[in-house]
Amino acid sequence: MKPPPFSYHLPNDVPEAVAMLSTLENAKLLAGGQSLMPMLNMRYVLPDHVIDLNRIDGLSYIRDAGDVLEIGAMTRQRDLEFSDLIKTRCPLMREAVLQIGHRQTRNRGTIGGSLSHLDPAAELPSVCMTADAVISVTGPNGVREIPFAEFPVAYMTPAFEPDELLTGIRLPLWPQGHGYAFVEFARRHGDFAITSAAVLLEVGGDGKITRASLTVGGVGASPVRMTEIEQALVGGDGSEDRLRDLCEACRGIEAMGDVYASSEYRQHLAAVMSRRALVKAYGRATGAT
Amino acid sequence: MGEKRHVTVTVNGKTYDEEVEVRYTLADFLRQQLGLTGTHLGCEHGVCGACTILLDGLSARSCLLLAVQVDGCEILTVEGIAPSADELHPLQEAFRDNHGLQCGFCTPGMLTTLLEFLGDNPDPTEQEVRVAISGNLCRCTGYQGIVAAALDAAGRLRALKDA
Repeated sequence: MKPPPFSYHLPNDVPEAVAMLSTLENAKLLAGGQSLMPMLNMRYVLPDHVIDLNRIDGLSYIRDAGDVLEIGAMTRQRDLEFSDLIKTRCPLMREAVLQIGHRQTRNRGTIGGSLSHLDPAAELPSVCMTADAVISVTGPNGVREIPFAEFPVAYMTPAFEPDELLTGIRLPLWPQGHGYAFVEFARRHGDFAITSAAVLLEVGGDGKITRASLTVGGVGASPVRMTEIEQALVGGDGSEDRLRDLCEACRGIEAMGDVYASSEYRQHLAAVMSRRALVKAYGRATGAT
Repeated sequence: MGEKRHVTVTVNGKTYDEEVEVRYTLADFLRQQLGLTGTHLGCEHGVCGACTILLDGLSARSCLLLAVQVDGCEILTVEGIAPSADELHPLQEAFRDNHGLQCGFCTPGMLTTLLEFLGDNPDPTEQEVRVAISGNLCRCTGYQGIVAAALDAAGRLRALKDA
């Protein structure tokens, strides 16, 4: 298992990387390498050119821009894990990051790489779907923004062109005191989730849910927003029985099946993970936990 | 042979200037070009953790890095952990004393992973140790000896720091 022969390119800035993408045939971008490198080692991919983004300055940052966080594409998962801004302003992302792989992989893996790879079971795409993130991609004609709802176009296929690269993420923030939870089921700690659920909740002083976002990962070809459940949640309380009943709708998701888990099992897990995430998020929003 | 590039890298305090094939992984570069075979290769796709090294102080899988990527960087491998040829690091002593290894295949990755972890978290709980080594597979010990060794090493390192 060794990577196939390729030409190696090391651009110094984003325009240089875009120019390479525009001119080189069959090129792959190398970010943190935690997905591309295994695929190269096993020769699942056979690129003629590898464009290494690791020496581009200015793509690694986490900035507070008022009601959004701006995150650079080459920000490592480790930096998300240890960021005070993420911890205080988007604790959902921190809870998700702690379930990505292991310390050794988070030290290298990047948010831009994870979103571009778009594995249906990956944690960061689910977080971005839940928080209505906006993705910035840069191409020959400059920067354009893609709402995350429109970002996955098919299984592991993001909505950017072959000569564009993901450069930044804008993450809208929920008010202080909101409820959140990222819950996943995997066979071992750090494995890809078979199924995950990500939740953001706002709860009024009377205990009634006023705003809800719920995403199920690992079940469909890309993370699935459960908009019907979200609408049904608003206006009611967060009793476990009510949440359990509403989450039954997850059994209707069009689910993938593979050797690890059948589609029926994934639908079942989707209902269970969603209920657990909602219970946890509601508890946090109401100060019960 | 494919495309080659020049790489200058410091491994365990020694600087190497090498021509390296661009598709070579860091693990193969360390083992086959520099002869540092202490770093082990199990799965070669980022799952088993045996090839873990420290890259500028942070643990990383050397099978998931290209050798050309570490130009200008500092690497620590298992060969660089002991202070001298006839003296073990307290972490290594704790592994020996607690039966933290049997066949030894996973040990280089366990040691490098725990070296970084105990630096960040000098007084971990057993659960934290288990999470820290969750990316390192061991087929011999059932992990009990490794966890005991890590907790013992944490105590030894704290005692040295307080002394």
